[in-house]
Amino acid sequence: MTKLIEAEHVFRYYGTYCAVYDLSFSLAKGQVLGFLGVNGAGKTTTMQLLCGLLAPSSGQILINGYNILSQPILAKQSLGYLPDTPPLYRDLTVSEFLRYCAQLHDIPAKQCHAAVRSVLERCGLSAVNHKLIAQLSKGFQQRVGIAQAIIHNPALIILDEPSVGLDPIQIQEIHTLIKELGQDHGVILSTHRLSEVHASCTDVQIIHDGKLILQHNSAQLATIMNTEKLCLRTRLAIDPALLTTITDINDITVINAQQLEIKYHSNANPTPKITEQLIAAGVDILELSPIKKSMEELFIELIKENSQ
Amino acid sequence: MKALIIAQHEFKTLFLSPLAWSLLGVLQFIFAYLFLTQIENFMRVQPQLAFIEHAPSLTDIIVPPLFGNAGIILLLLCPILTMSVICQERRTKTFALLLSAPLSSTDIIVGKYLGISFLLMVITSGISLMPLSLALSGTIDLGKLVCNDLALSLLVGAFAAVGVFCSTLAPHPVLAAILSFSFLLLLWIMDWSTALKDQGNEVIKYLSLVRHFQNLQTGLIHSADLGYFLLFIASFLWLSIRCLDYQRLQK
Repeated sequence: MTKLIEAEHVFRYYGTYCAVYDLSFSLAKGQVLGFLGVNGAGKTTTMQLLCGLLAPSSGQILINGYNILSQPILAKQSLGYLPDTPPLYRDLTVSEFLRYCAQLHDIPAKQCHAAVRSVLERCGLSAVNHKLIAQLSKGFQQRVGIAQAIIHNPALIILDEPSVGLDPIQIQEIHTLIKELGQDHGVILSTHRLSEVHASCTDVQIIHDGKLILQHNSAQLATIMNTEKLCLRTRLAIDPALLTTITDINDITVINAQQLEIKYHSNANPTPKITEQLIAAGVDILELSPIKKSMEELFIELIKENSQ
Repeated sequence: MKALIIAQHEFKTLFLSPLAWSLLGVLQFIFAYLFLTQIENFMRVQPQLAFIEHAPSLTDIIVPPLFGNAGIILLLLCPILTMSVICQERRTKTFALLLSAPLSSTDIIVGKYLGISFLLMVITSGISLMPLSLALSGTIDLGKLVCNDLALSLLVGAFAAVGVFCSTLAPHPVLAAILSFSFLLLLWIMDWSTALKDQGNEVIKYLSLVRHFQNLQTGLIHSADLGYFLLFIASFLWLSIRCLDYQRLQK
């Protein structure tokens, strides 16, 4: 099966400033790729390169097997793009605008109406169908932007910061929508919010100063986020000495009388042994959970590593 | 085919803002005034005309001056109409919609150009209606009227092509308007200098818009004049397409 995106050694210069440096990655159907980076890291430039709004200074990008530069029309047929500012004609009503988008994307005239109706429903826009886009709130405008990107059912959907300016409930809704889209499309979404990647992505890439500094799927991400520490909380005060007999444990830090932090050897999670021991000793366990590095910590760590 | 979709959308959007409506209203008012002054003129000279052999007809007195003046007025207004066609979309970031859709630069430029041209056709047909109304009570040389209509349509078509090109080029709509207005004005007055000296430069004379326009106005359809306008329009559209392609690659 052809990959939806194949980017090979892509560079992009603005004058002498290098916005994207040696970027290579691929994306297949069913993947939701989170593209992370601080502001000015090169996220938007990368998205624009992928959509053919900008040409790479060197390297090549294949979208669904077609070169975005030499076969732009074929490549763009399998592409839906939401730029960082949604491209909306404010004088049109929502359904007029979506019909125009459908026509631009080669949807036959007979199917336009059905396509518009289904996308209105999918993005929760049916109620504002006949309103002018200028009168909609920011959240609804963002949804119209997403609707515009998925109306022609493209194989690849590229969303540049889809959740900017939305309230928490709307963000939740968009995550659900993205997950749903990820099942039968390839999705790339860029963001600087790590929680978003956690919530809806199967893969993650971190870009910093135009370079990819991390490329992982979510399983790999879980491993590097593992700190090999457990947090134990009990109802009554606990004596750390109870656990010293377990050999897999490296170190125990007392946080307070009812709470311990347990560091263990990699590849040997002592959770079953600890529970066994504590229950035998008649201790009431309130919580025993792995401590994960937050995405924020990971992110900051990686960026520090790379800027040194 | 895709170009027609863009053209249709462009034409429709023009009428969603007050721009097209007010332009149509104001222009029709001005043209009506010009038309009435020409009629007044005709009424004044009519008694003398009866004594002249091969006297100019009603059409000769009314139509060419009306269309000539309309050409000058549209030269002033066309840059305003075309200034935002590409430039404004780029500024409001809606251009990404067209750029990421499966369209070629040709589709975009030709579509935008046709959209504007449709509106200009509405304006020119509004002008033609006035002399046509004289046919109710007098005789009108229809052939000449059609020629004038054709001449004006080609002329504003040329204006629009320059306007689209400037809008593709300029970073700001007002700049686009200034650019296209100066360029059109220059092409219009180009043969003034040649008129002063007897031995004018033939090339400059040939490039002037107004000469070819006036040639067509006389009712003589010369393929050189038609060719001039068609080539003019085609080359500016081609330049716009190249410009758009270039911006996509470089930016």
